[in-house]
Amino acid sequence: MINKRVDSMAQALQGIKDGDVLLIGGFGTSGQPTELLAGVLELGARDLTLVANNTTMGNDIVADLMRANRVKKCVCSFPRGLLGKTIFDELYSAGKIELELVPQGTLAERIRAGAAGIGGFFTRTAAGTELARGKETRLIDGREYVFEKPLTGDVALIKAKKGDRWGNLVYHRGARVNNPAMAGAAKLVVAQVDAFVELGELDPEHIVTPGLFIDRLFEVKK
Amino acid sequence: MKGLNRKDIARIAAEDIPEGFCVNLGIGLPTMIADYIPFGREVLLHSEQGLLGLGPAPEAGQEDSDIVNAGKLPVTLLKGASIFSHSDSFLMIRGGHIDIACLGAFQVAENGDLANWSTGSLTETPGVGGAMDLAAGASSVWVLMEHCQKDGAARLLERCAYPLTGHKCVTRIYTNLTLVEVTPQGFVVQRIADDIDFITLQKLTGAKLHLSPNCQPYRPHSISDDDTLSVKS
Repeated sequence: MINKRVDSMAQALQGIKDGDVLLIGGFGTSGQPTELLAGVLELGARDLTLVANNTTMGNDIVADLMRANRVKKCVCSFPRGLLGKTIFDELYSAGKIELELVPQGTLAERIRAGAAGIGGFFTRTAAGTELARGKETRLIDGREYVFEKPLTGDVALIKAKKGDRWGNLVYHRGARVNNPAMAGAAKLVVAQVDAFVELGELDPEHIVTPGLFIDRLFEVKK
Repeated sequence: MKGLNRKDIARIAAEDIPEGFCVNLGIGLPTMIADYIPFGREVLLHSEQGLLGLGPAPEAGQEDSDIVNAGKLPVTLLKGASIFSHSDSFLMIRGGHIDIACLGAFQVAENGDLANWSTGSLTETPGVGGAMDLAAGASSVWVLMEHCQKDGAARLLERCAYPLTGHKCVTRIYTNLTLVEVTPQGFVVQRIADDIDFITLQKLTGAKLHLSPNCQPYRPHSISDDDTLSVKS
C-alpha cells in the first residue's frame, strides 16, 4: 500500500541537513509552507540556501530563520519587503547574506526545467541587462536571447490545500503558484496540507499535482 | 504646480485600457488601476501569482490572502476568472500573450529604455520581480510614475542612468503632469495637466519633448468636460 502520509514534523523533515538547498513554495506568504519552515527552524539546520519567489515580507517565518542565522544564500526574484526594511535588508547591506537575483519568470522556468529534465533554455528576459552579465547569449530570428540553466534543490517544501495518501494535491486559489513546479525539482519533496482526504475523494480531473512527485505529506492542524 | 494625484493617474490609465485587453499591473501605482476600470468594460487583469480576471480590492472582511496583486495586497476574482501555476503565468507574460504591462519606474529614456529594478547601489536591496519578463514579453509597456524624483531630478531622460530593466520597451508614460508617448522621434506630449504649460513641463524633463498637434487636457474622463479623449493601444 502506498502511504506518503507522515504523522510528525520530525518524520516530515527527516534528512534535512546543513548546507541544503531548499525550494520554498509561495508568493509572499500565500502558498508558503509556514509550518514546515517553523519545523526547519526548530530542527536547527544551518547554511541553508533558500530558493523562493521572495525572501521575507517582514514579520514571517523566513525572517525568523534569517534572524537565527540559518540562511547563507537566497535565490529569488523580489527580495524587498513591502512595508519598510526587513532583516534581509540588514543582512544584505552588511554583506552577511548572498543574493542571486533572478527575474521572476526566469526563476519559474528554471525550476520547471529542473523538474522536466531540460538542460536549460534561451529567453529574451534580461537580455542586454546586468542580470545577463556573464551568461551565454544567442541571436534567434534577429533577437537576443539569454541562456539560463535549470534549478533543482535537495529538498522542496510546498503547501497545498488537500492531499491523499498517494500524494495527489489540490491548492487554494493563487497559493498554487510555484508549488507544482517545485514538487518536481528536488530530491526530497515534502508537502504540508490543510486537510488529508481519502484516496478517491479528489476528482482526477481536478488534481493539480499528481502524487508521484510527492515523498511525504504532513497535515497541519489548524 | 502639482498636477494630478495618484488616484487620478490610475483612473486615467484605467480609462485608456480598451475592452478585452489582457493587462498586468505592477507593484505600487499601477495596481491601483484595478479599482478604476470603467463600469461595464471587460478587461482581463493578470497577476504574476497565477490569476486572470482580477477585480477591485475586496470589502473589509472579505479578503482572501491567496488572492493578491503584485504588491501582495488582497484583490478579488471576477466571474470568469481563472487560476493557474506560476509557470503558466509567466508563459503568458514571456510568450507575448499580455497586451499591456503597467509598471512603475525610476527612469525612462526617450528611446523607450526602462529602469525600475535597481539604483545600482551595492548595499540597497534590488528587486526585479517580474519586471524584466514583462518588459521583454508584453506587447506594450505603460509606465505610471511621478514626473520627477523627490529631489526634483528628472525621470524622463535621454538615457537612463540606472541599470536597465529592458531595452526600447516603454510605449507610453503617465505622470502626474502629462501623458507622453514614446515614438521613433522621442517623447511626444499627448495630454497635459491643467496647471502646467509646455515650457515648464520641458524644464522638468531630461530629454526633448515634442508637442502633439492634437494635445488634449490630461484629466480623468469621469470629471472631464469633453469626450474627445481618444483610446489607443
